[in-house]
Amino acid sequence: MKAYLAATAAVSLLLSTVSAFAQVAATAASTAPDLAYEAVPGFFKTPAGDTMGELQGVATNSKGNIFAFFRGPQTRLWEFAPDGKFLKEIGKGFYGFLFAHSVRVDAQDNIWTVDEGTNVITKFDPTGTKVLMVIGHRPSQADGPYATPKGPNPPDEKYTLCRPTDVAWDMQGNIFISDGYCNNRVVKYDKNGRFLAENGGAAPGKGDNQYNLPHGLQVDHAGNVYVADRGNARYVVLDNNLKWKTTYNQYGSAWSDCISEGPHQYLFVSNSNPNGNAPGSWKIGGQIYKMELDGTVIGKFGHAGKLAPGFQVVHMMDCRNPNQIIVGEIESWRMQKFVLKGSK
Amino acid sequence: MKRLKSPLATLLLAAAAAMAIPAAAQDLGYTTSQPLMLPHDIFFGTAAGVATNSKGNVFVYTRNGEPTVSLGGSRAFAHGGSSLYEFAPDGKFIRQIGKQVYGFLAAQAVRVDKSDNIWVVDRYSSMVMKFDPQGRIVMLLGRKPESVDIPSSPDTGRGNPPGSGQQSDLFQSPTDVAWDASGNIFVADGIGNARIAKFTRDGVFVKSWGSRGTADGQFKIAHGIAVDAGGNVYVADRGNNRIQVFDNDGNFKSNITSGGDPAAICITPGAHQYLFSSNSNPVNDLDHGGEIIKLELNGTVVGKFGQAGKGPRDFGTVTGIDCRNPNALYVAEFGNWRVTKVDLH
Repeated sequence: MKAYLAATAAVSLLLSTVSAFAQVAATAASTAPDLAYEAVPGFFKTPAGDTMGELQGVATNSKGNIFAFFRGPQTRLWEFAPDGKFLKEIGKGFYGFLFAHSVRVDAQDNIWTVDEGTNVITKFDPTGTKVLMVIGHRPSQADGPYATPKGPNPPDEKYTLCRPTDVAWDMQGNIFISDGYCNNRVVKYDKNGRFLAENGGAAPGKGDNQYNLPHGLQVDHAGNVYVADRGNARYVVLDNNLKWKTTYNQYGSAWSDCISEGPHQYLFVSNSNPNGNAPGSWKIGGQIYKMELDGTVIGKFGHAGKLAPGFQVVHMMDCRNPNQIIVGEIESWRMQKFVLKGSK
Repeated sequence: MKRLKSPLATLLLAAAAAMAIPAAAQDLGYTTSQPLMLPHDIFFGTAAGVATNSKGNVFVYTRNGEPTVSLGGSRAFAHGGSSLYEFAPDGKFIRQIGKQVYGFLAAQAVRVDKSDNIWVVDRYSSMVMKFDPQGRIVMLLGRKPESVDIPSSPDTGRGNPPGSGQQSDLFQSPTDVAWDASGNIFVADGIGNARIAKFTRDGVFVKSWGSRGTADGQFKIAHGIAVDAGGNVYVADRGNNRIQVFDNDGNFKSNITSGGDPAAICITPGAHQYLFSSNSNPVNDLDHGGEIIKLELNGTVVGKFGQAGKGPRDFGTVTGIDCRNPNALYVAEFGNWRVTKVDLH
């Protein structure tokens, strides 16, 4: 009886989550100017005879090397040179890789992966040959099946993640995690992985301090946290202690965000077209928006499309250089490089 | 409800209780390092067990592979998921031992006996596997279940008190192995069962004792085992906050309650033996416990060191301790996916 109730709850949760994923038009679309941009066709040279899968994560380090985290037969992490040449695979067969979600590179060039199959976030050293820290816990197969979470963790679970989605850091090295598909919260840890604070939690909601699938996050130089609240089609801004500040609602479906480096930081967000590409969905989804950190729109570029340089469900962007955007797409299994023109 | 077996046991219990003040234990000075150097394409996963041999080589048994269940025509089959590695005393990687071993599923423990044989305990295949120093299999205890249920649920045993298991070498999620001076084998069987099984050095089943519970001689989870030079058997009774001491035939002798809630224990060799006990934190709590306590064999606390966490001087759910050198330990951190060397000074 108890098991039946739990199953019912899980199904209803699933249904409510699905219904929240309907495409939302960006009200900023009519006012945002079109930014001139250029796609760089065939930039990434994948190894002969090998292929990428669903591109969940893209990131660059300070030297311009590019990291791609994707779902193939196994989840894999590839490194490319700044000129697009393939360099190496990182973490082949690693126990923390099961179902990719995000890769990010911190200020010291350490590589962090977010895996929603193992529920583990891993910090690799800059060479990708040494694991420096893991956050979260991968249950053993001896504990029984765990691929389908039974529902939200208890809200007081400080160190167990449930399908986490993204990771970011402030200037002090504190770690911020969007956690994620079942916990609907943002968590802050210190640089050694000790729990400091959380915002949101457990059941999805629409109010302030609530989330419906926090799907990505970034932190600006002042320490503010920008959360892509995907199910609520909004970006939530928190202060460094995870106190709610404001929301940006005009950018459509909130899949992913990216904050550029440099003295003047910009915020890029993706109103990704939905899985399935239903009739009409390309008209209201697909573009990437560039804005000031305060939410003032600067412009938009790109469009949904099966063929390059169209976007097929942008899952993540790298914008370390705000004039060079690298985009990872779920559908079409590709990573593309774009140069923004006249947008300085 | 305590079931006291003899006036002597009563005495020992009272003595142990009087000594149980780990919170006030002296902090031992310590430094930590991660000297084991893996090849660039190999990483530890959940680091379950660590042990050294007489030459100082280090063995690590870790859940780092791709745990796989294949769907057969009518049943599901589990394979893969764990690896055994050997390192030189300076930390250099030497080799992987037992690639593609049928019983390597979910690493639980590795121990090295006095003849440098390597013993591996696997929780999911429910096997204890003995490798000679060259890495060849020389003896197996238990049998891997042919197929797995999804979900897998531990058998509670049939016709016996819960957890006491069969009087045999069929284990249910065993956790650890130890030997006495004459080579008798003691297996902590462990998570599915709650018993200790004794075998001769040739693997002949002798007896087993224990069942699930809180009374003396019962276990919540028998999570670790060690044997002293006198042949006494020390069992880490995880969940019951004690280390139980038995004589060589399994008769209850005493409880040590000054070692926290032990997930791993180790007894040093040499003329003066010490007992190390890890009050390991659960993987989902890094804010309590985690310290390792150094004890005399009678339970008197010598000191403690460490705490739960992910930092360089913290421990994340220690499940294996090697204490061949009482001042240079290796600990396997289940939650932090690393093996740490601890120098005590």
